[in-house]
Amino acid sequence: MTNSEKNRLKDKAFQVFGVFCTFIGLVVLAIFLIDIVIEGIGRIDWDFLTSLPSRRAARAGILTAWAGTLWILVLSALIAFPLGIAAGVYLEEYAKKTKLSNFLEINIANLAGVPSIIYGLLGLELFVRIMNLGGILLAGALTLSLLILPIIIVTTREAIKAVPRTIRDGSFALGASKWQTVWYQVLPASFGGILTGVILALSRAVGEAAPLIVIGALAYVPFVPSSPMDEFTVLPIQIFNWTSRPQAAFLTNAAAAIIILLLITFLLNGIAVYLRHRQQKKIKW
Amino acid sequence: MLQLSFSRLKFSAATLLCASLMMTSCGGNSQEGGNDLAGSIQIDGSSTVYPVTEAVAEEYRAEAPDVKVTVGVSGTGGGMKKFTRGEIDIVNASRAMNASEEQTASENGISFVQLSVAYDGLTVVVHPSNDWAQDITVAELKKIWEPEAQGTIKRWNQIRPEWPDQEIHLYGAGVESGTYDYFTEAIVGKSHSSRGDYTASEDDNVLVQGVSTDPLALGFFGYAYYEENKSKLKAIPVNDEDDSNGAGAILPSLETVKDGSYAPLSRPLFLYVSSKAIDKPEVVDFINFYLENAGELAQEVGYIALPDNIYNEQKQKFEQFVEGAATATNQQ
Repeated sequence: MTNSEKNRLKDKAFQVFGVFCTFIGLVVLAIFLIDIVIEGIGRIDWDFLTSLPSRRAARAGILTAWAGTLWILVLSALIAFPLGIAAGVYLEEYAKKTKLSNFLEINIANLAGVPSIIYGLLGLELFVRIMNLGGILLAGALTLSLLILPIIIVTTREAIKAVPRTIRDGSFALGASKWQTVWYQVLPASFGGILTGVILALSRAVGEAAPLIVIGALAYVPFVPSSPMDEFTVLPIQIFNWTSRPQAAFLTNAAAAIIILLLITFLLNGIAVYLRHRQQKKIKW
Repeated sequence: MLQLSFSRLKFSAATLLCASLMMTSCGGNSQEGGNDLAGSIQIDGSSTVYPVTEAVAEEYRAEAPDVKVTVGVSGTGGGMKKFTRGEIDIVNASRAMNASEEQTASENGISFVQLSVAYDGLTVVVHPSNDWAQDITVAELKKIWEPEAQGTIKRWNQIRPEWPDQEIHLYGAGVESGTYDYFTEAIVGKSHSSRGDYTASEDDNVLVQGVSTDPLALGFFGYAYYEENKSKLKAIPVNDEDDSNGAGAILPSLETVKDGSYAPLSRPLFLYVSSKAIDKPEVVDFINFYLENAGELAQEVGYIALPDNIYNEQKQKFEQFVEGAATATNQQ
């Protein structure tokens, strides 16, 4: 066997290995999805979406759980979106390379990797105890905002970095101030990327149960929250609760609720893909 | 263009909020039937007691539609922390309050009453193909689970010589659960003390899965989980070697748990009600409703009702507590 033949063989082998690795992930995901759908799809109907929790698996619904999830989603977005983008813009456009900004950068990158339960403990002490909010929606949303802020900041910076230097120079050349350049050129050009980051971060927040249980989110809530000061439950907590029940019918309920949660996540991811696509079509440099 | 996207985003966020607000208005105002009490009742604590309280809260909605009862599941320990700080009205507990919790409560000026609401029978189980373990004594269970057994008791024949010379695989409640505290107290003799080298899970379904697929397994968990999975498990009768409460080895069942002969592994499930909470008439009403209906509802969700006379005792105990608190306030 010549050398070049050997190399070609190695190349082939690596290719097969790569395909194999890719498929492991996909196959596991597919098996999981199929299993969940088979188990739960028959349970989903209008009543399931509009009923209160119940001890009878067949009558139990997820109204308060998905309403709580929606509330958390909107509130976290309202809190984390402006903060995250402002921080990203500052770090990328304004901050000088000092020790302080280096320190901030490293810490933000590290925060993105902190386990969510730690944020739950932080939220419990800061929002629930010190600010005395109690286990309400606002405290939950603030906690999850902390959780997703690092992700939003990092993606905002990446998106802003992708805007070519020449755009800024052109804007400055026309006499625009720094703020005008950021507001009229840089942010619009990077908005698709930023929004994608925000939505991906939110779809992570939607799946969190642990930090919310820590701050005092409940399991049985027989009313839909009407303000950010209300107590609440969310879908992951309802799912967690049902999977630990002895009766098999509750496991079916859990599977059905998982499908709804997956739909919400897929919907959010779909929006992110769409926004990115639209953005790419619009910008031609 | 940017301003446009921002305002569009604001608009869609506002729409979402409006949509959920609208959901509220159609969910909240049910005025049909029941009494005219209003207010809120905060309950938290054990996930073992949760199904009973959930069932009672669900039925109570028909009784008092304007009382908002919420139930959390932060565990007996977590619930006790909130209860002793005065953050919640009632705590679900799968074990009795411990000394340090009592102390915190009294430091915060909270007195309380303990009410039993149902029984659970911790069930000792093995794989259905296990044909040697026909019964087990409390002493043998202690030998298996005590801290000294760690790393030494590893084979079935170390427990009883006629059992096979094969490994024993242990499955049990996680150390954070009230179930663990109760089991160790009843078997080892000291709460929160056992060997650590066993498969632990807070989720009993995981334990069911483990024992039902492992021919060498021995595990324990709540009676409801055994009852629902009878075809995949084999329960072992437990002998407490005390013939005064039923002779020989006894299997858990509705009868043996209720009459106390399944000892020492039948455990009561508790509610603790705070002295601060009974100022609210809705809490008093709810507790009375709870004690009235707990027996039937407990059985429906897989637990075992207390005998009627014990429910009556609990009612009296609660009544005295309410009266006592009322006199105390009058004297001040």
